[in-house]
Amino acid sequence: MLSLENISKSIHETLSASLNGTLVLLIEMTIAGVLVISLFAVLGLVLVFMERKVSAYMQIRLGPNRVGYKGFAQTAADTLKLLIKEGLTPDGADKFLFNLAPLLVIIVAMLIMAPIAFTKGFQLWDINIGVLYVSAVSSVGVIGILMAGWASNNKYSLLGAMRSGAQIVSYELSAGLSVITIVILVGSLSINDIIESQRNGWWIFKGHIPVLISFVIFVIAVTAETNRAPFDLAEAESELTAGFHTEYSGMRFALFFLAEYVNIFIVCAIGATLFFGGWMPFHIGSWEAFNHVMDFIPGIVWFFGKVFALIFLIMWFRWTFPRLRIDQLLNLEWKYLLPIAMFNLLLTTVMAITGFYIK
Amino acid sequence: MFIVDYIKTVYNASASLLKGMRMTGYYFFNHKEIITQQYPDVKQELPERFRGEVVMMHDEKNEHRCTGCTACELACPNATIKIVTKMELQPDGKKKKALDNFVYHLELCTMCNLCIVACPTDAIKMAQTFEHSVFDRNQLTKKLNATGSKLMEGVE
Amino acid sequence: MYRESQIVSETNSPFGGEGAGNLVINVGPQHPATHGVMHLVITMNGETILYVEPHLGYIHRSIEKMCESLSYRQFIYSTSRMDYLSSHINNHGCALAVEKGLQIEVPERAKVIRILMDELTRIASHVLWWGAMAMDVGALTPFFHAFRERELINDIMEETCGARLTMNYMVPGGVMTDLHPNFVKKVKEFVAFFRTKIDEYDTLVTHNVIFKQRMMDVGKISAADAVSFGCTGPVLRACGVKSDIRKLAPYDGYEKLNFEEPLETAGDSYARYLVRMRELRESLSIIDQLIDNIPEGDFQAKTKAVLKLPKGEFYSRVETARGEFGVYIISEGGLTPYRIHFRSPGFANLSCLNQIARGQKIGDLVAMMGTLDLVIPDIDR
Repeated sequence: MLSLENISKSIHETLSASLNGTLVLLIEMTIAGVLVISLFAVLGLVLVFMERKVSAYMQIRLGPNRVGYKGFAQTAADTLKLLIKEGLTPDGADKFLFNLAPLLVIIVAMLIMAPIAFTKGFQLWDINIGVLYVSAVSSVGVIGILMAGWASNNKYSLLGAMRSGAQIVSYELSAGLSVITIVILVGSLSINDIIESQRNGWWIFKGHIPVLISFVIFVIAVTAETNRAPFDLAEAESELTAGFHTEYSGMRFALFFLAEYVNIFIVCAIGATLFFGGWMPFHIGSWEAFNHVMDFIPGIVWFFGKVFALIFLIMWFRWTFPRLRIDQLLNLEWKYLLPIAMFNLLLTTVMAITGFYIK
Repeated sequence: MFIVDYIKTVYNASASLLKGMRMTGYYFFNHKEIITQQYPDVKQELPERFRGEVVMMHDEKNEHRCTGCTACELACPNATIKIVTKMELQPDGKKKKALDNFVYHLELCTMCNLCIVACPTDAIKMAQTFEHSVFDRNQLTKKLNATGSKLMEGVE
Repeated sequence: MYRESQIVSETNSPFGGEGAGNLVINVGPQHPATHGVMHLVITMNGETILYVEPHLGYIHRSIEKMCESLSYRQFIYSTSRMDYLSSHINNHGCALAVEKGLQIEVPERAKVIRILMDELTRIASHVLWWGAMAMDVGALTPFFHAFRERELINDIMEETCGARLTMNYMVPGGVMTDLHPNFVKKVKEFVAFFRTKIDEYDTLVTHNVIFKQRMMDVGKISAADAVSFGCTGPVLRACGVKSDIRKLAPYDGYEKLNFEEPLETAGDSYARYLVRMRELRESLSIIDQLIDNIPEGDFQAKTKAVLKLPKGEFYSRVETARGEFGVYIISEGGLTPYRIHFRSPGFANLSCLNQIARGQKIGDLVAMMGTLDLVIPDIDR
């Protein structure tokens, strides 16, 4: 059967047969790099188009429908426009940091891509502390935003960046705690182990109410972490014009824009992996026949299906809700989400010890 | 009870958010609600009273009804209309004032309809056009009476 | 070439500007929050506002001076350009002032048409405000939903008046043209449609918990303050002060109608929001009362071709969507007014911004400006 696992394996074998180990590694890394970058480009195009269509339909509009077939080429045209636009650096900006910030943001987004399992055996780096790695690296992104806000020499940017800093630092906590609930149930930090543990059913169904609560907290927290409405205070269009990327134009702006969408994809991929079994098809306990039918749908379809369903949910939030205020945002985290997440963690631990979950 | 109130608040809050999401979700899946008009492809019929620009009516014999009385020029708040008259020799040998050039500055016009109301002979009317953009603003200064047109018989 | 440090505005803040360690931010003249060209110099301590200073004049067109050289028929059109969202009501106010001077008796039919148009304009204005208000607090979808209903009203206006925004339909002595034959049918359809949509507005925004949190206890102003700042309209009614000109000094037959003046007592942003939402329903009920009872007759009184107001001073006031709109004409007996003054509601409502915004967050300032329902050309004239 032709699967991504076999393709990657056969490439590895062909290369190993003729070349020495170091060279094989280098070539494979190049291939992986090219794949990740092209995935980024495709994701950027697809997600921006999806966002525009989703928002258009919710706002009883048609959305882009002129460029290309049904408007599919619209985002490509927009990217082309951004590529040929002049990238202005404001007078009085810290030029080094100003130029570094978008790169940092996009590199962090790239790094988190490493441990994500797209389908069985198709993963860049099967690291045994996958979940920890993701939480650790994703916190670095805020430095890029702070850098952009500070270096722009613009008060709106600075306000936006400071808001973003406060927001991401706070919401990392509850996002982390809700991830830990699954880690406790699985007993491993490895992404593959987590997916494998959901062979007889996804955690969202197996884990009863505690996992459901942690899923809700996770969705809220990652929406805030990716600076999406209703938590888009860092950009807050009506207050701060564009927040931390007010002064950016051309390709540098495009990198921020791309990083936003890639970050959404990544957090949704993590959410899908933890709560919906990643590429694992929909299995119900010991219904062998049913599980077998489900296995016919390839893992990559399951994975992207779940991820895009979660992305749609986050977009749905954005186009429905008003924005919170900065103090309400922090109140929500420190007075509601964090205590609930901690209590929930305790509950999950008890559940894990007593074995009161569907095994 | 404190805890009951707390749970009630959380429940009502989530319910209000979910109701809002149900509404946007309804619009997302029901495309029949979409109200976009695909403008250059599908053009909407404009009502007959729509005020787009001032035009002068001519019949098939290239005759208009404007006597050059300048009532519209006086009624216009923005000096949009300038009427140039000439003295024309009548068949009976008398000289009579007649319209030479009806100058209309579309770029100054606010479509207030006062000139149409003021006109005693119904010589001008509003046209249902709205695509007025041009590259040179001189093109917006228009001559409304057609070249070689004459005053209609019997209009005083 | 100048650096940002050089264009930091001078501020009259009693707390000091940049030198005192505060953050001075120029919101505007081009800023998405101001819905036009207005300039606010905000002195802030972190996210908290210490002092707000509006700078006006970016869109000043000296309409009052212009009107001095226009005749009494002509000057009305320019008032549509002040508060462009309630242009009918502005025109109405001017027409009333001129009629007062000339002592013209307006036909009953014209009066009813005027009220119908006024109320449709009020709905259109409030609907647009609702969308913009939601956009100010970050929800973008309601804006488009609001425009769906507003377009229907614009279509009705277009059919009868010939224009969508600046109609110049009210003239001294009545209205310019008679109602379009489709008018009654279309308005009835619209009212039925709009009643269902108001409930959707409530679901989407009014009852939304985030929206409530953003609006409640924010931008509070006491009744005494609101009166002394000269606030009118929904801003004053949200403090519990009866101030509807349609009730206090009825014009053109508002006294015969049965409608309620919505009052709230909290005086905060949410109260202002609720007052406007209730006004929408009241306007619908006014239209309901009139739409089947449009009297037959002339739509315009017989007037002279050239209007000359007698020597004297004439004042009329109407209730626009934003508050009290006053027209003050001084006539020397000539063809044109000696002096015209417009009392615009937006200017007075803006003046309380500093009072209500102090101590609040910058995000709330945007929401507060939304609830004041500022139309910048109305403020600057």
